[in-house]
This record gives sequence, C-alpha cells and structure tokens, in this order.
Amino acid sequence: MSFITKLIRAGVIAIFTLTASFSAFAANFSGKTIEWVIPFKEGGGSDKWARFYAPLLAEALPGKPTVVVKNMPGAGSTKGANWFASRAKADGMTIFGSSGSTQFPFLLGDRRVKYDYADWNVVLASATGGVAYLPADLAKRWNSNPQDVIDNVNFIYGSQGATRLDLVPLLAWEMLGMKVEPVFGIKGRGDGRLMFERGEANIDYQTSSAFLSKVTPLVEEGKAVPIMTWGALDDNGNIVRDPTFPDVPSFKEVYIKVMGKEPSGPAWDAWKAFFVAGFPAQKMVFLPKGASQDMIDTYSNAFKAVTERPDFAQISKARLGVYPQATGNQAKAKMVQGTVVEDSATNWIKNWLKDRYGVKL
Amino acid sequence: MDIFSVALPALNEAFALILTPQAIGYLVGGVLLGLSVGVFPGLGGIAGLSLVLPFIYGMDPIAGLSLMVGLVAVIPTSDTFASVLLGIPGSSASQATVLDGFPLSKNGQAARALAAAFVSSLFGGLLGALILTFFILIARPLVLAFGIPELLLLTILGFSMVGVLAGRSLLKGLIAVGLGMTVGAIGEAPAQGSSRLDFGSWYLQDGFSLVVVGLGIFAIPEIISLLRQNRAISKDAKLGAGWLDGLKDWWANKWLSFRCAVIGVLVGVIPGLGGSVVDWIAYGHSVQTTKDRSKFGKGEIRGIIGPESSNNAKEGGGLVPTLLFGIPGSGSMAVFIGGMILIGYEAGPQMIRNDLPVTYTVVWSLALANVVGAGLCIFLSPAIARLTTIRFPLLVPFLFMVIAFAAFQSKQTLWDVAALVLIGLLGIFMKRFDWSRPAFLIGFVLADQAEVYTYQAAQIASVKQRTGGWEAVTSYLFSTVGMVLIAVIIISIWLGARQSDALHKDEPLDVSGSKKAPVIFTLVVSGILLTAFIDAMLVDVYIDKVFPAAVSGLAFLGSVALLVQMRRFPESNPMFMDHEYHGEDAKAPAGLWRSLAWFISLLVLTGFFGFVIALAIFFVVFLRMRESLPWKNIIVMTVAGLGFLIFLAGVLNRDFPPGLLQHYFELPWPLSGR
Repeated sequence: MSFITKLIRAGVIAIFTLTASFSAFAANFSGKTIEWVIPFKEGGGSDKWARFYAPLLAEALPGKPTVVVKNMPGAGSTKGANWFASRAKADGMTIFGSSGSTQFPFLLGDRRVKYDYADWNVVLASATGGVAYLPADLAKRWNSNPQDVIDNVNFIYGSQGATRLDLVPLLAWEMLGMKVEPVFGIKGRGDGRLMFERGEANIDYQTSSAFLSKVTPLVEEGKAVPIMTWGALDDNGNIVRDPTFPDVPSFKEVYIKVMGKEPSGPAWDAWKAFFVAGFPAQKMVFLPKGASQDMIDTYSNAFKAVTERPDFAQISKARLGVYPQATGNQAKAKMVQGTVVEDSATNWIKNWLKDRYGVKL
Repeated sequence: MDIFSVALPALNEAFALILTPQAIGYLVGGVLLGLSVGVFPGLGGIAGLSLVLPFIYGMDPIAGLSLMVGLVAVIPTSDTFASVLLGIPGSSASQATVLDGFPLSKNGQAARALAAAFVSSLFGGLLGALILTFFILIARPLVLAFGIPELLLLTILGFSMVGVLAGRSLLKGLIAVGLGMTVGAIGEAPAQGSSRLDFGSWYLQDGFSLVVVGLGIFAIPEIISLLRQNRAISKDAKLGAGWLDGLKDWWANKWLSFRCAVIGVLVGVIPGLGGSVVDWIAYGHSVQTTKDRSKFGKGEIRGIIGPESSNNAKEGGGLVPTLLFGIPGSGSMAVFIGGMILIGYEAGPQMIRNDLPVTYTVVWSLALANVVGAGLCIFLSPAIARLTTIRFPLLVPFLFMVIAFAAFQSKQTLWDVAALVLIGLLGIFMKRFDWSRPAFLIGFVLADQAEVYTYQAAQIASVKQRTGGWEAVTSYLFSTVGMVLIAVIIISIWLGARQSDALHKDEPLDVSGSKKAPVIFTLVVSGILLTAFIDAMLVDVYIDKVFPAAVSGLAFLGSVALLVQMRRFPESNPMFMDHEYHGEDAKAPAGLWRSLAWFISLLVLTGFFGFVIALAIFFVVFLRMRESLPWKNIIVMTVAGLGFLIFLAGVLNRDFPPGLLQHYFELPWPLSGR
C-alpha cells in the first residue's frame, strides 16, 4: 500500500469519526433536504427574503443540507400558516417563514386563522423599515410648512387594502390630519410606485429594501423626496430614527413637529402595536410546536453564524437594509412584541377599519 | 443617432459575454431543462427556475444568467406540444394556440402545425429581441404613458376580441363572457378582501386558478370526446402534411407573423396586463385580417402563426417592466428577478444605466435561447407528432395523470382536481351546446383587471374632479394614448361585427329538433348567474360589491333574454345547437357519462388512497377492463407512467395529492402527500 493511499484512508477514517462524534452532540443534516415553507407566491418580498437566506443557512447548518424554499400561498398566507401549525413535524426538516401579512390576520382575529404564534419556536427575526415619499414640488412645500400641505393637498395613494401592511401608513397619515384617498386593488407595492411615477398617485411608501433599490434612482433624478420613515425600535422598545435612513425624520418626530406634542392615546398605542408587528418584527423563522431544544439551538446558532459572517453586511445591505437580524433571546423578544398586542389596541383598529373603510372583521 | 452610440458598444460587449463556450453551454443546458419541464402542462417556468435557483448562488454571473434565461425563454415554446397535439393548454401563453392547433392535429397535420408554430415562435423571439435592443433605451416614458385609464382600455380591447370568438349567437357569446367574469370574481375581492361566492370554503377564497380553468374548459372536453370516439387523435391515424409544409405556411404568412410579434412586444412591455391577453389579441387580429375566415376553429394555420409569433415576442417585451421597473410581468419573471439578485444584479431603473451590457446579455440570450429551443423543437416535432397516430384511449391514463397533476400544482390540494372536474363539466356542456369557450376564458382572464382598473380609474377621476374640475377629468381619462386605443377598439369591434357571420357560414347546423336539452343548460347558467348576483348583493363593502353585481346581473338579464328568444324561435334556429345529435360526438361508441366516470373515479380513488396509489390502480383497471391489454403491456405502461411522474416530482420537489389513507397513516414519499 503506498503512502498516499494510506494517507487518504487515514484521512477518510478521521473525517468519519469526527463527523460521527459531532453528530452525536448535535443534529446533523448531512444529505438531507430541509423545506422552508413560505406562505406566499414566488417572487414576493417574503419569497425573496427566504431565497436570500436559504443558501446561507444551508452552509451554516451542520452537515450542509440542501435548503429549499417551498411556496404554499393562499388565503392571504393563512393557508400555509395553518398547514404548518397542524401538519408540520417537529423533526427540524420543516421550517416556516412568517411575515407581517401573516401576523396581521392573527392580531385582528381573522376567522381563517388556526395558528398561534405562542406555540412556535422563533429562531430568526428580521426587521425592516418603511419610507414615505412625495413628488419634489409637494416635498418642497412640506419641508417649508407641513401644515400647508396637510390642509390643502388631496393625496392619492395606491393601496393593497386597509387590513394589510398599508394599515400602518394609512393610520399614520390620518393621525397627522392628511387627506389621503387610498386607491385599493393594487397587487404589490411595486404597482404603487408605478402609480406614483405616472403621476396618478402623489404619495407612496416602500419598505426599506425596495426604497433603496427602486426609489433612490428617482430621488437622484429629483422626482421623489422622502419625508418620513416609520422609525425603528431600539433595545428598550422605543421608536427611534431608522438607522438605514438617518437623515429622514420618523413619523413620531413629524407628529411632534406638526401637533406640537408627543403622540399618545388609543390611536397611537394601536398604531405602535401594528407598526411593530409589521416592520421591526416583520419576518420571522419558526420551528414547529414541540421542536426539541437541541434543534432550536442548532437553528439559532446557524442563523447567528449567518448574520455574523464577515461579508454579511455587504451581501445583505441591498436586500434587507441595515436592520437587526435577531437570533436567540432577542428574536424571542421581537416575536413577543410583534405578536402579543393589547386587546384594546386590536379593538380600536377594528373599529377604525369599520368606520373608515366599512371593513368588518 | 444618440441611441445607436449608446447601444452599439454595449451590444458589442454583450455579444462578447454571450458568445463564449461556457455561456453558450449553460444556455443550452437551460434550454434543455426548460423544454423538459415546459412540455409538462401546468409546471412552467416557476418550477424550472426553482429547480436551478439553489445552484445559482455563487455561480459566475453570466453563466447563471444564461442558465436562467435559457430556461425561461423556451417555456412558451415547449408548451406548444401539449396544446397542439393533445388540446391541453399548458399555460396562458398557449390557450389561443389550442383553438386551431388541435383541430389541425385531428386532421392529421400535427407536424405541419408544430413546425409552423415553432418557426413563428423563433421569428417572434428574434424580432422581439431586435425591437427591444433599441426600444429598451427609450421605453421608460412610453411605459409611464400607460396609466390606469389606458390599461382599462387595453383590457376592453381584449374583450373586443370576443366579437370574433363569440360563435354563432352573439348573445350566447356575451353571456359566456359574463359567466367567465363571474367565475373570475370568485374569492377574496381585490380591493378590500370581502369574500365573494365562496360559500365559506377556503378553497374558493383564492378563486379558481387559470391553469385549472384552462384545463377544464379546453382539455377535459376534448379528452373525453376523443375517449368516447375510441380513435387516434389524427382522424385516419396518419400524418398528412409534414414539417416542411409548416415552414412554407409561415413564409406565406410572414407579415401576419411580423405584425403579431410587434403586438406581442408592445403588450408585453406594458406592466399590469400580463401575458394573458396577448395571444387572444393576436388570435383576434389573425381572424380579422384573413379573407376566408370559414376555417378558423377547424384548423386554420393562421390561427397558430398569429398567437405563436406573439407569445415569444411578449417574453422579450416583458423584460422591460421586469428590468426597468423591477415589476415582474409573470410568476416566472418574479423568480427570475430573485435569481438575478443571487448573482448580484438588482432589477430596477439603474439596470439600464449602470449595467446596459448585462441587460443586453439578457435580451440576446433570450433570442439565442429561442433559436436553439425552437430549432430543437422543429427537429423533434415529426417524431413527437406521431403521438397523434396512437389509438387515443391508450394515451388516456397518461393524460389524466398529467392534467390532474398539473391542476394540483395550483393550490396543492385534492380540491384542485375536484375543481377541474367541475369546470370540465361546464366545458363539456359549453362545447356540446355551442357556447363560446374562448369567450368564457377571456372573461375569466380579464375579470380581475376589468374590475380593478374600472374603480381605480373612477376613484382617481373623482379626486381629480374635486381638485381640478371636469377639465382635469377629461385630460386624465382621454389622453392621446387613450384616444389611439379607443380608435383601435372601435376598428376591432367593427371588423369583428362585420365578420362574425362569415366565420360560421359553412358550419353544419347541428340542431336536435328538440329544445329541451339546450334550454335546460341555459336554465342552469341562469341559475349560476342569479346565485352570483344574490351573493354579490350580500357583500357589505361597496367597492367589493359593484363589479360582481353588475356583471352577473347583466349576464343574468342576457340569459333571461335568451330564454325568451328560445321560446319564440323554432327548433331549427342555431341557438339550439346540440353536438350530441350530429357531428362526431353523436356517432361516438361510448357514452359521455361513462367516459367522464373514468376521470371521476381517479379523483375518488385519490381521495381514498392518495394520488400515486390511485394512479397505479387506475392504470391497471383502465387498461385491463376498458382496453383489455395483455398484463405485460399493462405493467410496462404503469411502471413507465408512474416512474416518470415520480421522477419529475422528485426532481422538482413537488408533492402529490393526499387521500384519507395519508390522513391516518404516515407513509414515505412518494406515497405521502401534503
């Protein structure tokens, strides 16, 4: 037997024993296929988010399994969530990606919801933000005197529906006293941006990543100017300036400037609760009910490893913005903030939806 | 010219990127993969792209792009096989192709039809790329000129094609459109999400998918009809005209092909319409510009050349909203954008400015993939066309397998297959009583756009009226682009009205001599429409109520008018057409219900045992009891069919419909299900 053959054989044996002893301690996914269920269609925000993470997660999990994104759209994402709640096995081979659009029906007590976030085990919470912007001429007036714009401008806004994420901007603008007419029935925020570009809408908002890639060129051309963000949460749960857009005031700051006082009262509490569910805790990854602590730790550590990659800031900036990607206990805290809401806030929102838009929930 | 000085250097660079052995290798790989996935109805580009996406990350950008583009480009090419040979529309891109493609196959001219279709695809793809190369630089303002009123007008233009597709009775055609729109309005309303006509069922909340409706309306009636007749698809089980004739046909109609390709690019460029109307507009245009229209629907080659020239050109045009605005024109384009991000390109306005060579690489890879894909298809078509000479019942287990699996892709539940049976029944009776199925489908496809654009335009106009008075409203609703579109619509309707009689003058009158059956079907249709109207009136939110109430209400009034006419006119009137009494179905040896029962039995078996076990039972029972094949052949066919399906599903990571068995017992894949 030649030396090289011996060496190879020794190496193979060493690797074998190493991996065998390793898998005795933690889950090993070598050769397995993990399904990441996304309750939305291909190409949507959640789909893109999952497809961004999937290869990175695969690399970080022990045994480097294949991670495939499985789209299970339907019934406003409640179908996929219900499936995950009732059918997914807690063997670590199926994980679920939730989004604000899955959290809102849960918070609003939609009759289709048969899942409970308290049952699941969160392993990643991705935050995002949102930016509202105006055409240049209106933005100029807004910057010199917002009250003039609030009193004298009729806004048109392309909206996906008042019970969706659009609830957050619609309520914010109403609290400022702006006259915004939502034009319902658009299919995605991209359509809203197109209406803005065509001049049919004169106010719009985009989530951070879409703003960075699609609206920034318009800002550079002088066709759009950001006027407010929804803000971000600091570690104590306070709303602060969005770190991705340090030069743009948050809605809270705008409110203080226009109204001359800190926002408070039931409308503000309700807005804040739904803002948290829709943005700072927008996208989360869950293991099913009954997953072992080992498995939860394996996934938490894998996501932690992904977010701590030296190149993570660079590769994630364009796709996720500069936002915390929380794992472990931080993710848990985010999950609670985003899915546990006072009944009074929920009821206020339900009444508002009914009075303002005739939507009964 | 300025455009040239920008375009040419970038083009040069793009070709240097494309024409490397590595890029071409990946492109051809993508094409082969796309062809294999695309032949399977209902799977299409999304499934294929999802298959390669895990490998795209970390790939060389140009190699990754070539692979994805090659795959996407040939989907509308390869689904032509199923639509021409088997009458199964694989995707929205091939629905109009079925109308004349399948009759040609029945006449034994499958190879000719396929060749004409593929060469049209090839030409459309190339011309599309050429137009796009220069157009993409100036497209932005043009795309932005299409506001909501203009999109609404384009939708109406789509509806105007019903004029030539309505069949003998315009009234029946209009009711069919209304019925299609009513079915299209089922589910969550687009504006405020009220539930409409879903009877509390979660399945109906999302409405029926286009794949299920397309298969039900076109494929089921044809498959059942052929099963009843017990013969090969090609009437005398021979292949008449060959592929060379197809090429000659295309050359004789090259200007039609040219015009339809231009239509394809233009409609594809406009975001918000999707590709769903373009082939109908192209088909309508083909009918309107043909002198002798009597052969349409019975095997007119122009009815293939038109839509096929437009649908590949449309893929090119669709790159404009996708790359310029980051708004995908279709599901596969959406996944494509996701794949581009994986290799470091973000679609959006900056794409043209900063990455023009890459943009051109995409455009011309698309063209090259079209050439390779269509060329390969032409080469394969004489062999594949032989499918039409096999005795049809032997194909039936495979076809049932394929369409049930295709339908299942839409929501991945057994209800998809049940919905297919239900819509299939509607299709069967619409065919039997001469109600226009294309009109129904156009109504279904355009329902959502018609609803959304109508109230959006109205809402914006009302705000404009408040702020700028009526002047602002008229200038918003009747822009220059809008006026041009209105003119086009008027011409289209006029051409359609002038010709609708000529279209049917040679058709035999299959009147039964009895009013009973046609009247009963009309009553059923009226019942559905009335139910829809009542349901719509019960919706709380005003904007979610108006559209379904108006459409179903008007269509109901139409059906009442038809019933009144049916009372007044004699049995010999064309409105009493019933193909069960004359024509090929009348002479069929097997009955309708018995043949349909086979498909329903597959559904029921699946409900108990899950899809794979049900299929195995179905293959064996069908081939033994109905076809009395020797056991050896039965086993070979069953293993081949199931093996292929399981392989495909395994590679594409798809599941099968589960049954009661799977509900109670954990089974390993592929016996398991969701």
